[in-house]
Amino acid sequence: MSTSTETIEQFVNREYQYGFVTDLEADAAPRGLTEDTVRLISSKKGEPEFLLEWRLKAYRYWLTLKEPEWPNVHYPKIDYQNVIYYSAPKQKKDGPKSLADVDPKLLETYKKLGIPLREHEKLAGVAVDAVFDSVSVATTFKGKLKEMGIIFGSFSEAVHEHPELIKKYLGSVVPYTDNYFAALNSAVFSDGSFCYIPKGVKCPMELSTYFRINAADTGQFERTLIVAEEGSTVSYLEGCTAPRRDTNQLHAAVVEIVAMDNASVKYSTVQNWYPGDEMGRGGIYNFVTKRGLCKGASSKISWTQVETGSAITWKYPSVVLKGDNSVGEFYSVALTNNYQQADTGTKMIHIGKNTRSTIISKGISAGRGQNSYRGQVKILKSAANSRNFSQCDSLLLGDKCGAHTFPYIEVKNTSSTVEHEASTSKIGEDQIFYCRQRGLSTQDAINMIVNGYCKEVFRQLPMEFAVEAQKLLGVSLEGSVG
Amino acid sequence: MLEIKNLHAEAAGKKILKGLNLTLRKGEVHAIMGPNGSGKSTLAQVLAGRDAYEITAGSITYLGQDLLDLEPEERAREGVFLAFQYPVEIPGVNSTYFLKAALNELRKHRGLPELDAIDFLQLVKEKMKILELPQSLLNRPVNEGFSGGEKKRNEIFQMAVLEPRLAVLDETDSGLDIDALRIVAEGVNKLKGPENAQLVITHYQRLLDYIVPDFVHVLYDGKIIRTGDKSLALDLEERGYDWLLEAYEKNGRRAESVPA
Ligand SMILES: Nc1ncnc2c1ncn2[C@@H]1O[C@H](COP(=O)(O)OP(=O)(O)OP(=O)(O)O)[C@@H](O)[C@H]1O
Ligand SMILES: [Mg+2]
Repeated sequence: MSTSTETIEQFVNREYQYGFVTDLEADAAPRGLTEDTVRLISSKKGEPEFLLEWRLKAYRYWLTLKEPEWPNVHYPKIDYQNVIYYSAPKQKKDGPKSLADVDPKLLETYKKLGIPLREHEKLAGVAVDAVFDSVSVATTFKGKLKEMGIIFGSFSEAVHEHPELIKKYLGSVVPYTDNYFAALNSAVFSDGSFCYIPKGVKCPMELSTYFRINAADTGQFERTLIVAEEGSTVSYLEGCTAPRRDTNQLHAAVVEIVAMDNASVKYSTVQNWYPGDEMGRGGIYNFVTKRGLCKGASSKISWTQVETGSAITWKYPSVVLKGDNSVGEFYSVALTNNYQQADTGTKMIHIGKNTRSTIISKGISAGRGQNSYRGQVKILKSAANSRNFSQCDSLLLGDKCGAHTFPYIEVKNTSSTVEHEASTSKIGEDQIFYCRQRGLSTQDAINMIVNGYCKEVFRQLPMEFAVEAQKLLGVSLEGSVG
Repeated sequence: MLEIKNLHAEAAGKKILKGLNLTLRKGEVHAIMGPNGSGKSTLAQVLAGRDAYEITAGSITYLGQDLLDLEPEERAREGVFLAFQYPVEIPGVNSTYFLKAALNELRKHRGLPELDAIDFLQLVKEKMKILELPQSLLNRPVNEGFSGGEKKRNEIFQMAVLEPRLAVLDETDSGLDIDALRIVAEGVNKLKGPENAQLVITHYQRLLDYIVPDFVHVLYDGKIIRTGDKSLALDLEERGYDWLLEAYEKNGRRAESVPA
């Protein structure tokens, strides 16, 4: 009927550009989950006894739990016995020692994704650890980092080379008893990244992990552990993609961060898992537990996330502010289009004195997307003179989508303050028309308005990542106004 | 340059324009007056391509093309500019950034190189002088929190930067104080040229003291019911619309004159 509706229609069918599949021979566990699956994974990785024991405890605990129903998301019951819990691209020997040993097909895949590992090795800037299905494939810049005492690489490697660190910190922030998906992850996690910054070291480059799910019906359960010793700083980036498939795939990751006195960790995510098609078929179920512990005084942990992918996102990057004067931050852009659902937010738990937290959440709903912000701010009695500022904004495109806000605030002392602001706005036809009257296309108009809306969060991202995030948002929103 | 023939337009089932005829030639300034609700803004919006209005009959030819065939942004790139009666606010979008993007779309369309930030700021500085607009407004999001008068002034500032061939000003004078009215009107006059035309919608003669029209039209009941020269505006100022409307009603709601 109307011209703008037609223009919009053309954008709708833009495809997910990372939806290709790489044809590789894989070494996979049979479907389903039993104690034997857990033992199999552990033995495939040649793990020490303590880790197998830990996994088994987690598995047994998981059996006693029920899948949570409180998030504001709806999906058919997951059949956990129909998931493949381990899949690794077949390697010649034990695993790649250097990029030269990595299957060229894999390198090709990463190149398609815009992460040419080979070039990364040469170009200064970002060190990348790439996780393909269940295993970590290659880490660039390892040598250079090692000179500074920084450990950055795959989790399984760290298990062998630094078992004492793993033993000390694994589960120290997110115990396997934390929640259903954390327990599941603890039992079956296959790989992930490990990062250790020694005392006083300022990591000279962005550390980056790239996650990719390739095999069908495979769950990806990676585990990331970051330890920042006294006075150290690090900025960590995480990106993710998956092929388009019409069945749902499960991704249940755990990220743990520990920051000692005066340490500062910045963790940025651009999550672009396959979101399902425009009818809501397929897509990744993204059930993630991310938590940072500001263990030392004046430490700082900052989460920045741009969530555009996944069919369902369930994710609350949190900070436990234990050290006095510690700082927690959460900056988030979460977008849902078509039939995507997101229930995301954060938890800020203030324990130490004079602790401060900031929450900036920008939800964008388009199509039939449902976007919920769920945030908890808890200020314990011990946390005298603490402050929280929360701002939760929702932007609606069209009238079939929804935005919901669930703030939980608990303050146990009288010297602390909590401020919460919330707003809901809509991109109006008249705003778009105004832009078009000045010569901008509908799509450019929407991008401009949405990017303006997300500015506060994008500002937190490293430069290249911010550009990427803007583009991603543009692509994810194509055809979303009607 | 613009020829509107027998234009019928409706919105939400309501017939608003009912056989409107209007011709603008290059270099001309036309004023449109008429009582509230007579369809003036509708005409402006239809020219800009707002899809809330359905064109049920008639045609609009602009520089030899069928204007109704073009998307709003294509019209803009072809030089059609509408200064809105109610400019909208676009939170979070910086005014300078917005205008630079708009200008570059126009330049791209015309095969001109895009302006970089430095050249653009140079241009902005020049144009700002014409409108005596404070720089601070341009560092803010588009129209957000602007006063009524600032919004109107900003519309003409955008017009100065975009240099349209056909400018439609919808009640740009309302909401402006006396000094601003003069500044804005002088700005509009400076933008007048032999290759472009202006269609000025207003309720008040005082604007026409500055922007002297070649023709004045009275829009009523979705049609132009009277066309005259600038003295018609003076007549209306003095006598109101009643005498015209009565004559029109007596005539069996038939327009008694069309533009010369
Ligand atoms: N989108 C719309 N839907 C329904 N009715 C509309 C719409 N736009 C305009 N109208 C109606 O059409 C008539 C003409 O409106 P228009 O805004 O063109 O008048 P105007 O001449 O500009 O008036 P004013 O001098 O008050 O600005 C009015 O009765 C108005 O209510
Ligand atoms: Mg009007």
